Amino acid sequence: MNTSLLKKLTLVAFSAGIVLTAQAALKVGDGFPGLAGFSLEGKLPDSLKDKVVIVDFWASWCNPCKESFPAMNELQKKYRDRGLLIIAVNEDEEKSDMQDFLKDNATTFTVVRDAKQKLVGEAGIQTMPSSFLLDGTGKVRFVHSGFHGAETRKQYEQEIESLLKK
Amino acid sequence: MNSFSKKIILLAALGAIVSSQTGCESVQPWQRKTLADYTMRGNRDPMGDAITDHIFFSREMASGGKGVGGGGCGCN
Repeated sequence: MNTSLLKKLTLVAFSAGIVLTAQAALKVGDGFPGLAGFSLEGKLPDSLKDKVVIVDFWASWCNPCKESFPAMNELQKKYRDRGLLIIAVNEDEEKSDMQDFLKDNATTFTVVRDAKQKLVGEAGIQTMPSSFLLDGTGKVRFVHSGFHGAETRKQYEQEIESLLKK
Repeated sequence: MNSFSKKIILLAALGAIVSSQTGCESVQPWQRKTLADYTMRGNRDPMGDAITDHIFFSREMASGGKGVGGGGCGCN
């Protein structure tokens, strides 16, 4: 084996490492991946067309996620008739963790489970919880990292109103 | 370079690649259940913190700190 081949092999190995570790996070303007393609556990809404959708990534061990649930319940109630759908995507590794959490925290919105943690990887989030506000065409219009109580809730309302007007 | 040297370099390179793939595991934000656990907090025991603080300021505060100057004698 000559040294140039060795160099090439090393370069390929490092490049593969970089490609495998790099994750492109979804950003404003990107199309959100189709939820149907990720084998999510639970029932998704029949159609998201022309709906304003919040896709929220959460886990039972995440305290800010827990704090966000009452706000999302209220937002779902307030805007349901005008076309808002909230889909909370659970990322717990154990299904029982999610089920126990939901026993104590009833929801008015859709909850599905990303058992293979594929969708969350595709979204490339850096914080739990993270959420994406999508317009009627499925494009990401706003991105939230974390949940900061009343401040985040107010932002949600302003953003939902702006999307519902369009 | 003789074939023995080449084999050594190849083995070293393979070893480096394998160890870099297995040694460093990055924990994704959605995999932090264990890290987010209460028992992982450094300040989960208020009494333990108070005792540690007391020892710290008694023993280590010869040049002042935490608002109280200590002599380093351990007598506070």
